[in-house]
Amino acid sequence: MNNLAWIFLSTVLVNNFTLAMFLGLCPFFGVTSKVGNAWRLGAANTFVLLITAISVWLLNTFVLARTPYLRTIAFIVVIASTVQIVEMVIKKFVPVLFRELGIYLPLITTNCAILGLALFQTSRGYGFAEGLVFALGAGLGLTLALILMGSIRERIEVADVPAMARGMGLVLVVASCLSMAFMGFAGMGTS
Amino acid sequence: MTAPTTTVSTEAFVPGAPPAAPLWSDMARGIARENPVFVQMLGLCPAMAVSNMLTNGLAMGIATTFVLTASSFMISILRRYIATEVRITAYVLTIATFVTVADLILAATFPVISEALGPFVPLIVVNCLILGRAEAFASKVRPVRALADALGMGAGFTLALSTLSTIRELLGSGSLFGFNVLGPAFEPWVVMVMPAGGFLTLGLVLLLMGWYGTLKAQRAKAAAA
Repeated sequence: MNNLAWIFLSTVLVNNFTLAMFLGLCPFFGVTSKVGNAWRLGAANTFVLLITAISVWLLNTFVLARTPYLRTIAFIVVIASTVQIVEMVIKKFVPVLFRELGIYLPLITTNCAILGLALFQTSRGYGFAEGLVFALGAGLGLTLALILMGSIRERIEVADVPAMARGMGLVLVVASCLSMAFMGFAGMGTS
Repeated sequence: MTAPTTTVSTEAFVPGAPPAAPLWSDMARGIARENPVFVQMLGLCPAMAVSNMLTNGLAMGIATTFVLTASSFMISILRRYIATEVRITAYVLTIATFVTVADLILAATFPVISEALGPFVPLIVVNCLILGRAEAFASKVRPVRALADALGMGAGFTLALSTLSTIRELLGSGSLFGFNVLGPAFEPWVVMVMPAGGFLTLGLVLLLMGWYGTLKAQRAKAAAA
């Protein structure tokens, strides 16, 4: 139990997927210009992460033990089809949510956070429960980072910044400050 | 299956095909004017995750170039036989195959680098740069052009990664390729090898480029006036 709580906390804060491990940077810089988008993308990602964790556990337990060289290919195929299935199910049963998520669902396939989760789950040897908690933590951490970034960028929009910083340069420096702030959590693991 | 409608030399009829250009300009474009990292902001995850040491950055650049070149070439050859509806899956599978090849070769020849890069080698599969070039360029042109474009983009990516990791390793540990170059008196800026340093370095490079851009625009305006 203690172990599960620690995995959760460390994935949300200490080893935040976006700010400490550089996973899922494309949505982090691509769609964080508004907070509303950040919420939705974070929710969609968390959902897919959870399903991926379950599928990866199934794959690792029943298929890949004997064919480790197929790991990358198997993972990406499973992720791509999972996203497709999730998209169809949501469209059929929860059309409201589908409209809300829109284009973000298919884009999740090429989000490094999903494949990253699968690979880290494998290399750390997480079991079923640990994998689920890891996925939940990763999703929440991702959402947290997206919301923080979205809020800051909404403020930057109305601020008077010099011409040379109007592009992505300033956003990256802001991301660096956020990442530095999250480094403060690093001490939590040593106690 | 999409029916192959026309013969080989009718590139102009493919919807969204890039305009005809000489091979050298296909190649040169990726290195500076459309640099994947500094201009297009593609493939940022590996660019920042492994650029804390020059060796890792260079290895990642070369591995990505290999995968990009091989998969672009393959996709361009197969472009008539891949049905539009399943093209993304087909591209991802092609890329994943070459990534597995690169991963196994790296693990067999340079186990230390492979260990240091860890999961970031298999993560080349989801590097947006590779899928982006496949979708926007390689699937619409002849194999020769796809090859030239992939080599250029790969070179640009490697160049960007080397630049970032040179700055970060030099300031963060005072060394290059693991050899100390700044001497014992240099106090390393530890933050540069931390995750925050990755964002900071790329941010500062982009700010510098923005500054150069505004300077150039001002000079052009002054010349015109």
